[in-house]
Amino acid sequence: MLRIRAKKQLRDFVLEVDISAGERETLVLMGSNGSGKTTLLDLIAGTATPDDGLIQVDGRTLYDSDEGVNLPPEQRDIGYVYQHYALFPHLTVYDNVAFGLRTRRMPGEDIDRRVMDELEFVGLRELRNARASKLSGGQKQKVALARALAIKPSLLLLDEPLSALDIQTSARVRDCLRERIKKDGIPCIVVLHNPLDAVTLGDRACVLDLGQVVLTGKPGDLIMDWPAGCLTQPREIQG
Amino acid sequence: MSEKRLAAGAARNWHGAVFASFAVILVYLLVLLFTGLPVLSLFLKISPEAFLSSLGDPVVVEALKLSLITSAASALIVVIVGTPVAYVNARGHYPGKELVDTVIDLPVVLPPAVAGLALLMAFGRRGVLGQYLDVFGVTIAFTTVAVVMAQVFVASPFYIRQARTSFEDVDRSLEHAARTLGASRLRTFFMVTAPVALNGLISGAVLSWARALGEFGATIMFAGNFTGRTRTMPLAIYTAMQGDLDASLALAVIMVIASFAVIAAVKVLSRRRLIVAPD
Repeated sequence: MLRIRAKKQLRDFVLEVDISAGERETLVLMGSNGSGKTTLLDLIAGTATPDDGLIQVDGRTLYDSDEGVNLPPEQRDIGYVYQHYALFPHLTVYDNVAFGLRTRRMPGEDIDRRVMDELEFVGLRELRNARASKLSGGQKQKVALARALAIKPSLLLLDEPLSALDIQTSARVRDCLRERIKKDGIPCIVVLHNPLDAVTLGDRACVLDLGQVVLTGKPGDLIMDWPAGCLTQPREIQG
Repeated sequence: MSEKRLAAGAARNWHGAVFASFAVILVYLLVLLFTGLPVLSLFLKISPEAFLSSLGDPVVVEALKLSLITSAASALIVVIVGTPVAYVNARGHYPGKELVDTVIDLPVVLPPAVAGLALLMAFGRRGVLGQYLDVFGVTIAFTTVAVVMAQVFVASPFYIRQARTSFEDVDRSLEHAARTLGASRLRTFFMVTAPVALNGLISGAVLSWARALGEFGATIMFAGNFTGRTRTMPLAIYTAMQGDLDASLALAVIMVIASFAVIAAVKVLSRRRLIVAPD
């Protein structure tokens, strides 16, 4: 169970959301550029702090302004796949995926097994010794996913995981992602722009506009409701 | 008509080629005349035999040893103290940050003699702080410690500025990703930020070391010119020039070679920058 009630003053508007999601549910966040989607993910991950609110994952309080609780990102147990992957360029594919396991001081054999399993799943076992900076966009995306999943997070955040990929790679990564999310039953919040991706990946969708949730429901139903251009036209103001 | 156009185009290309050649020759002449010739003269004015025999001269050996020890110590101090300062200034916002930045950069434009005088007024026996240190029997001025302090004073901005820029260039999402993967702030710094910024940090440290190695004005003002204690290579060159020109030239040639190596190293490092590309 995921509960997010957060308020934060951004440069041009106030981000104010109250969202909840059930167990094993994939929540899709949509909305024009600068509507506050990435900031919301950062608030959940702990790399940004709300002005007020409550964030709970599986009954565990990550942030509570009333109680003065604000767990640092390293204690939140959240897997985050960044829009531009944020792979560590000085490390190999293997070391990128092993990074979160080493910080958890797992035994070397367990790290090796887990990393190889994750790389096998995304089909990049052969590239384990390659530098992360030398990979293609699709490969980087898969490594970023493997790295986030390797720590077996209690919540997975994905920021536009398919936006920088070409159509064929995007379809492959999307299928890979859907298979894994469903298999592991990880609660997940995905920022997406493409309605087709939202329908394929999401159980529920929220449309954000200027920091407010303006529509919520099943992705398939929302396609009929949202205003034309609401999801595709970038706003001039940035959050 | 088209033939005329072709002829005009060819003439333009020819003029362009002549102009480019002229510009290149001018660059060669300027560089050779103003920088190359004086530097080359150092090599031409000393025979290889005299150079080699000067390397055994106790004056040269003492100066070389002292310079290497003090400049290495200075560079180490600058890196240890300057790295956190550079990181805080790259990532943090605090009141008076601009003022702190200005003070850090001040030694770059301050004449070295002024720097030496300032250090003397602060840490000399009658200095603002030095008078209290003197009570406890601690004397800094005119010691090897003063040499290191003078070098740190003038060389620190070279490292701090470069380190700050290198830290600013590190994509923040890399640090955030490391934190979400369970790394503390300190571990994130040592495992992600510093390695990604490493080339810039090394080139800053090398520049800083080179500046410390060549320090003259502040050192002679604050530390004096005592053999084996404060007479570094630049001071030894100045002193030897009044008696033993070969020793002076030998030291100068060593410094030119060291400077050339430093510039080459910095160029190579700055070309090998790691870039985090989205695709």
